[in-house]
Formats: sequence, C-alpha cells, structure tokens
Amino acid sequence: MSSLLEVHDLTIRFPALSGYAVPVSAVSLRLERGETLALVGESGSGKTLTGLALLGLVPHPGRVDSTSRVLLDGVDVTRLTGDALRAIRGGRIGIVFQDALTSLTPVLTVGNQLREAITAHRRMSAQAARDAAVALLGEVGLPDPASTYGAYPHELSGGQRQRALIAIALAGEPDLLIADEATTALDVTVQAQVLETLDRLRATRGMAILLITHDLGLVAGRADRVAVMYAGQIVEEASTASLFAAPAHPYTRALFRAIPRLENPVDQLIPIQGNVPLPEEWHVGCRFQPRCGEALDRCATLDPPVVPLAPGASSRCWLPALRDQ
Amino acid sequence: MIGSLGELLRRAWRHPSGRWGGGVLLLIGIAALLAPPFLQDPAAMRDVVAGATGPSLAHPFGTDALNRDILSRVANGARVSLAVAGLAVVLSLSVGSAVGLIAGYAGGWVDAVLMRTVDAALAIPRLFVILLLLVVWERIPLVALILVLGTTGWFATSRLVRGEVLRLRHEPFVLAVEGLGATPRRTLVRHLLPNAAGPLLVAATLGVGDVILLEAGLSFLGLGIQPPTPSWGGMVLDARPLIVSAPWTALFPGAAIVLTVLSVNLVGDALQAALDPRSA
Repeated sequence: MSSLLEVHDLTIRFPALSGYAVPVSAVSLRLERGETLALVGESGSGKTLTGLALLGLVPHPGRVDSTSRVLLDGVDVTRLTGDALRAIRGGRIGIVFQDALTSLTPVLTVGNQLREAITAHRRMSAQAARDAAVALLGEVGLPDPASTYGAYPHELSGGQRQRALIAIALAGEPDLLIADEATTALDVTVQAQVLETLDRLRATRGMAILLITHDLGLVAGRADRVAVMYAGQIVEEASTASLFAAPAHPYTRALFRAIPRLENPVDQLIPIQGNVPLPEEWHVGCRFQPRCGEALDRCATLDPPVVPLAPGASSRCWLPALRDQ
Repeated sequence: MIGSLGELLRRAWRHPSGRWGGGVLLLIGIAALLAPPFLQDPAAMRDVVAGATGPSLAHPFGTDALNRDILSRVANGARVSLAVAGLAVVLSLSVGSAVGLIAGYAGGWVDAVLMRTVDAALAIPRLFVILLLLVVWERIPLVALILVLGTTGWFATSRLVRGEVLRLRHEPFVLAVEGLGATPRRTLVRHLLPNAAGPLLVAATLGVGDVILLEAGLSFLGLGIQPPTPSWGGMVLDARPLIVSAPWTALFPGAAIVLTVLSVNLVGDALQAALDPRSA
C-alpha cells in the first residue's frame, strides 16, 4: 500500500518587492498510517506554512508552485478546490493550532463548535451529534465533558481549551492530525499530558500525526521520525532514535548543543550565532553556511546535495557528500 | 469582554437609563398588545356631531374631531408604529449584515464597489429618497412603507459589520474553522456575524427610534400609514386645525411619539454603555 501522505517538492512563493520570496522550497515528506512525524524548526523556517499547504490554506498572496504535489492516498490536494477540498479539511486531515483561545470562536460554546465540526463531515441527528460531541470531549481527556460542552472558550483553562480544540480537529475522524505547536502555549506538565493524549488517540484510531514544533525535547519518545527544517528546506531527516544518537547535519548538532542539560552546567549552553535568514536574504549555496561552524569554501557558492545516510535518513550537507568520495 | 448577549442585556438593565427606557417601552408594548379587547374599536365613531370632547372618565385622553376615543387610537397606533419600525429595522439589519459580511470577507473590488455604493447612498438624505419612492403609490400599502423604510436604513449597518469582519478575519479561529472544512457562508454567518451581535443590537435599537420618528413624520405629511388605520403622525396631522380649541387631540399622540423614541434611545444608550468595558 502506498503512503498515507507524500509531499513532493512543495514550494510556496510570495510576491516580494523584487521577484519572489520562497519561504518553503522543495520540501518533500512521507508519512505512513499510524506514524508520528515531527517537523522541527525555528520560527520562520516554514514549518507552519508547510502544514497549512497540506490543507490548501496557504494565506493570500502566497502560491503553491504547480510542480508541487501533496498526495493524500494518491490524490493531489493542491489540485482540489471547493467541496472536494473542504471534504479533506477536517474530514481527512485535522489541524490543531497553537493558540487555543484565539482558535476557538469566542461567541459560541465549545459544544456548539464541536457539534458543527461533527455534522460538517458526518450525517447524523442533532441528538446523535450531541452525544458524539460529549463522547469526544471525554476521549480527549476532559474531566467533565458535559459541563465543558456548554462552556464558552473563555471559561476554560488553557489545557482544557487545547483539549477541546483537539476534540474539534478529531470530529471528522481524520486519518492525519497536524499539531502545529499545539502544546507550546501550555505548562510543561499539561504539555506532557496533552501529548500523552495525542499519542493514545494515534494508537486507538490508527491516525497519523504530523507534530510541528520548535522544541526538540518534545520530540524524543513521541515521534517515530524527525524532519529538521531550516530556512524553508528540510536539512535532515532521520528516525528519532538515530537523530538523537547521532545528529548528522551541523544545524541539528547546533540545536542539540543549545538545549540545556541537567548534567552540564548552564554556561556550556552554546547558542547558534545570528538569526534565521529571511526568505529575501537567501542566496545560492547552503542556507545555514553563514552560521555554520564547519562550513567549507564551496558551501557559500554551491547548493549542498541531499545525501542519503541510511534508509529513510538523509542530510542536506556537503560534509558527508565529500567524506564518501 | 462580554461573554453573551444575556450578560449584555443584564448589564444594560443595571444602567439607570436602560431600566427607565426599558420599563417605559415595556409598558407601551403591553398597552399596544392589550389594546383591542379592552378599548373601543379605534374606527368606531359614536356621535360624530359631538366632535372633540375633552378628557373625561369615559375617555381619559378625550376624543378627536370625529368623536373617536384617543386613548384607544394611541394604543392601536402603537401597534402599527412598533410593528412597522420593528420590521423595517429587521429588514435593514439583514440587508446591511449581508452586504457588510460579503464586502469584508471578499475584499478587493467586491468590497470597493459595495462600499463606494454605500458612501454614495449615505450622501443622499434619507427622507428625500423615501419621499421619492413613496409618491409611486396613490395609496401607500403598509408593506411598501416597511420595504421603503427598511431598504433605506442599512448603509451604516453594512459598514459596522464590514468593520467587524475586517477586525476578525485574520484571527486564528477563522483559519481554524476553514481548516475544518467550513464553507465561506458558514464561516461568515456562524462564526463572524455573532461577534457583531452587540454593536448590531445597539444599532438596531437606535434604528427603531429613527424609524418611528420617520414614520410619524411621513404619516404627518400624509405619505405614511393611511387612514383610517390609526397612526401617531396621522393623528397629529388630523389635530392640526384643533390645536387651539382641542389641544388634547395633538398632545397625546405627540407625547406617545416623544416618550417612545426617548425610551428607545435610552435603551440604546444603556446597551452602548454596557458594551464598553470601561464604563463597567
């Protein structure tokens, strides 16, 4: 059977003063049924835009290149419009955003919004939809589903809101759930609980999860594979275990050095110098080169190749490419 | 933030002008509803030759030139006035909301065309347009009066709703709703419009006051509600020759207009105050 989701050369352009800005360039991803893939990157790396593109939600005036393909069970989502696209949104792919308070309509009760999401994709009576809504609220781990059902978003705590949002995203029984920084706004303890819930739902529903996050620490033990994104490109892809054991790309290694560890004193934290370049500032050669401690001469002038390191693992870097020669 | 419409109404009620205006309006509404079974038929002319008689026990507001009971006619006039104003405002809110939602959501040239049309329409005095439209009929049907009042009152509402859509359309919840497969219509009507409920309620209340005044003015000019249907404006018109000899014939319908419009505007003010968190 083919993969649930295959993204080939996803490129998103925005018109800029001179020509185009390309915040997502030639991103390719593959996601199997029931698998969790983490898409890790700093702000501005294009990870959120990549997630939105899977739903055909790239904000105006952005455009997905016609050579890009987003195949959901072999159907190219980028070619869909109207009702066919709306059937995918929520029905095949659910999405959970970071800010749960502003992601819920403030003037409608949680139950109202949840029931709406259910009946948008499944035909059922009002009473059945109500029962299904309360059941979903229980399934995402809300302690008192019946009272949450009647509550307005502002009456819930941050963790409750996030769970309600997950319930809404699950309402259409999607095969893929995109969690875009879905736990970033929460306390670490609540964050762990919500991730636990997501993992349980993945297991019970056989659903795939695309975990979009800037937090490498969150990925360990949750994701099967990790794709590291930098400046609109995927720079490294590997299984979670091998990425944590032996990060291949200099950027990934730099990220690990920037994570505080209990066994090391804090002054050994090594920040990555500089900032992620803006799409307008990208030039030929490796996009990480200006900040890379291991850069070679050619890195500034020649695009690095994507080097396969193991089955399903690769690094976009000149170093392993040259080592093999 | 105001959580719900119920809370908005409660806060408006706590405001003194909300309580006074709301109370008086409630009394007028009750009088209008109870008028027919208890009061004399407004069209009944008992003894035309007797003419206008002053207030008495039998006729607390007196009688008019045709010896009809003024209390009964004022109460029945309230039915007509409130019904016309209510329906006209519902109509203008619907049209205004629809235009505002479409303009704000579509943006671009759709927005430009709609809003420039509204600008142009707002530049023409409303009464002038209404008079032009109403001369089409020899005897103006009530439905026509409602339609004309309704379709000339939505311009400001459309701006209000458009502003609300522009404010909210880039909020994450709109993206979230679209990400769940909602159609544009559902996004607009179910998720954006309810956010404008508060300001719309204020606009509606103030609009009712406007329309009552307009309708009274039109009836006074003979272009509004047609006799023998009692209307406050029409009663003041009929009372004109008697203003010195029988002042009560003009006083009571006139007072009804003033009292109603005043209470409606008081309620509007209270709602506005309740919407503004700084006034709490």
